[in-house]
Amino acid sequence: MKTKYMNPYLAGVLLGMVLLMAFFFSGRGLGASGAVKSVVVSAVDIVAPEHAANSQYYAKYTGEGKSPMKSWLVFEMIGVLVGGFLSGALSGRLKWKVEHFPGITANRRLIFAAMGGILFGFGSQLGRGCTSGSALTGMASLSVAGFVSMMAIFGTAFALAYFFRKNWI
Amino acid sequence: MGPLVPQEIIGADWNLFIAFVIGIGFGFALEQAGFSSSRKLAGMFYGYDTVVLKVFFTGAITAMLGLLFFSLFGWIDLSLIYVNPTFLWSAIAGGAIMGAGFIIGGFCPGTSFCAAAIGKIDAMVFIGGIFLGIFFFAEGYPLLKDFYMAGSFGPLKVSDFLGISGGVMTFLVIIAALVMFKLGELAEKKWPREEY
Repeated sequence: MKTKYMNPYLAGVLLGMVLLMAFFFSGRGLGASGAVKSVVVSAVDIVAPEHAANSQYYAKYTGEGKSPMKSWLVFEMIGVLVGGFLSGALSGRLKWKVEHFPGITANRRLIFAAMGGILFGFGSQLGRGCTSGSALTGMASLSVAGFVSMMAIFGTAFALAYFFRKNWI
Repeated sequence: MGPLVPQEIIGADWNLFIAFVIGIGFGFALEQAGFSSSRKLAGMFYGYDTVVLKVFFTGAITAMLGLLFFSLFGWIDLSLIYVNPTFLWSAIAGGAIMGAGFIIGGFCPGTSFCAAAIGKIDAMVFIGGIFLGIFFFAEGYPLLKDFYMAGSFGPLKVSDFLGISGGVMTFLVIIAALVMFKLGELAEKKWPREEY
């Protein structure tokens, strides 16, 4: 049976309203990868505190009694998990599943998902934000960085789409 | 009046609760749009499903207009709104790497968490990859720092850069978006795909 998704323009307005509320209350936009960074930094600080203290990267987030997990983005992403789950429950889409194009195996899909995630994780730090934080939020605040990120993300994906078409179509 | 937290009208701890509530709205909107499906997300790049284009740009425009009108009504002080700082070279390189990650992995971070929330195992694997990628960047930071910091323009707005008002800039983005929406509808007719 066909699953019913919200009209994309309506969903876009909803998303825009959520982003506007973030600006109104918190003075900042949405994000995602920054929350993962907080977890990575916390994990390294716990597992290898000397390394974290000596690293110019980790020390920015862990020095002087700072707590990387007490972060707006961490709480927001917990909310995203809750909101996504509620939406899935409401629309009957809760199901353990590896979603993939029928022309490829589930294992192949998982390998590419891992590779894509690694690239996205690395790129999100180099680009100072991902599709939510740098591109969407940046564009809404008319930031040059937001438009540059958006064009670089989508432009590159379009440019490479032909080469990865066997995974999707 | 707004933004409330930067002006300390609302405290820092309440801000975390607000973040959680906003996150619920964010996750709900993304999942309702179908952003929990990697095949829908990838569809934008092959033309069979341009939901990404429609939702993303409608979201950006809605927020732009919202900020504009809230500012006109005196409900928000735009000078206190965070504007992402522009570091040109790392924005381009980071964006390109993310673009590759998108077409290869089928998700971006926000969408992967939504998908994981409804049980998509490929999204969970993607998230594992995000953790690894961020760890690699953090460990490689000493080598990357100079490039990461190069091309700094500060919190530069496109409207200031082009010498036009925020309102005119927003209008231009809306026109561009409407053209893209039309192209997106045409693409979906040209490259239809069976249910997925």
